Amino acid sequence: MGSLKKIQMTEAEGEEREELYVYDTGEGLVFSYGPQHPGTGHFRLIVRVLGDTVLDVEPDPGFVHRGEEKMCESKTWITNIPHLERPAILDSAGILYPYVLAVEKLMGAEPPARAKYLRALMAELNRIGSHFYYFALYGVFLGLPTPFLWSFGDREFIVDLVQFIGGQRITHSYFVPGGVRNDAPSKVPPRLVQHFRAWYTEATGKRPSESELTDDFRKYVLHVTDFIDSRLDYYWDLMLDNTIFISRTRGVGRLTPEEAASLGAVGVTIRASGIRRDVRVDEPYDAYADVKFDVPVFTEGDGYARAVVAFREMKESLKIIRQLIEGMPDGPFKLKQHPINIRVPAGEAFARSEAAHGEMAYYVRSDGSDKPYRVRILAPSFRNLIVIPYTGRGKRIADIPVIYWSNNYWPVEWDR
Amino acid sequence: MSAPTSTGSRLDRVLERLKLILGDKLLSVVTDKKIVKLSVAPEALVEAAATLKEMGFDHVKGVTGVDLIALKQSERAIELIYHAGSYLDNELAPYIVNLSTKLPRDNPVAPSLVKIWPSADYHERETYEMLGVIFEGHPNLKRLLLPEWWSDIPPLRKDYKPPGRE
Repeated sequence: MGSLKKIQMTEAEGEEREELYVYDTGEGLVFSYGPQHPGTGHFRLIVRVLGDTVLDVEPDPGFVHRGEEKMCESKTWITNIPHLERPAILDSAGILYPYVLAVEKLMGAEPPARAKYLRALMAELNRIGSHFYYFALYGVFLGLPTPFLWSFGDREFIVDLVQFIGGQRITHSYFVPGGVRNDAPSKVPPRLVQHFRAWYTEATGKRPSESELTDDFRKYVLHVTDFIDSRLDYYWDLMLDNTIFISRTRGVGRLTPEEAASLGAVGVTIRASGIRRDVRVDEPYDAYADVKFDVPVFTEGDGYARAVVAFREMKESLKIIRQLIEGMPDGPFKLKQHPINIRVPAGEAFARSEAAHGEMAYYVRSDGSDKPYRVRILAPSFRNLIVIPYTGRGKRIADIPVIYWSNNYWPVEWDR
Repeated sequence: MSAPTSTGSRLDRVLERLKLILGDKLLSVVTDKKIVKLSVAPEALVEAAATLKEMGFDHVKGVTGVDLIALKQSERAIELIYHAGSYLDNELAPYIVNLSTKLPRDNPVAPSLVKIWPSADYHERETYEMLGVIFEGHPNLKRLLLPEWWSDIPPLRKDYKPPGRE
């Protein structure tokens, strides 16, 4: 944007002639939105404004680019797992999922039924955690900090569950080709149940008896889903039914279905623009073929509709978790313990899944050795990036945070 | 378009039409479950993409470049793959078309498909900086993720060795 231009100075008597160059940006004023963490992660928007009207906005990613795709070529198929989930730590199951599916396609491996359920359970827990993040920062972007504190408080119960199942709060490297790394526990710590009981009663108004809410893992998870369900109603009152929130987001960043499709947008962005696309339904993988849920769709295509889609998706995820917990089969949780340097048959594979930010896909190629020949990470945030310049033109400066965040971006994810 | 004469699925009709239009420039068609891999000659890339777009594949999910030099020494080529999908067509939505072509490694020039698929814009820019593929006709072909001072060879080429790795 812009070019270097020489300015002719008028010469004063007896003074040395000075040459002045300025960066000519054409019409309007150019400023940088970022790159020092303008909300979430390091990225920059180059914005050109005339008064309060945005003439042009251009994303400038790459500040946290770590060369994940190149790194994949020097690590083995298994040791790639921990670093591939780093780009989106808030949804580390979702971003890793298709890599494991693609490697399984190459190996011709089919994970056991219990592994499929555990994977879907982990992915849905991460989806809820990620959507809590979405609401937390949506509030912060609009000057409403309360959802930030609420979301991170409520997310703790989800993160605790993730920790019991995967051993880590966020980056758990839980999925492995052929299953999951370890089984879910049968008990949760009794101290946690005692702590949770008070929160549960406060949110839902119900007092579960000692036999209803025990340290049994299944019962505990079902109660957590009830708790989150009740808590979400508070979010509706605080944020989504809030006049100020509605007036700041409605009509901002609008995309029609045709525009959303031609830009190849993903996640809440397309579903808020009236396109019913969700990989969990279109091409069910693992346990998603066995569960019933709705895909929330709105037609307004603006910042508000995207928030409502995310809100409804959390409710649907809770429904899925209940079905997974109730229908979880017994049996082995992985095919076998792979050595760290497994050799994957030569070939190429493409797999996709629905991560919290949208459709996540991997293209992997193997030459038959213990390291991938090529791993292509097709991240949902990267695909949504083009929506910013498209919807930003003609809006006001105060609309930029809504345009940016309503599409559920994660800078580290698009930089990889 | 006249009424479909084939009794097959939508996808079969797309493939039939591609065969009709491209002729022997369509090098191979491999269907593996929900993934269709099409190989075309570089000069047929625009025609193939336009046909796919017209038949309902309305966006690309990504553009991948693969440097084939370490896979097969005799083949000094870069494989360029467009992963196309459909949002608005319910019958085509489960399918992914991997439209691929091979470009000479020493002079990898391909026509830009941004005019056909606007969603390919940033993906082509990334392939340009990471593998050095020049997309002719791209509206804004400049670096995306790499720093402006980067002066080494494109990093996803196989002869680029990351410092401290090897």
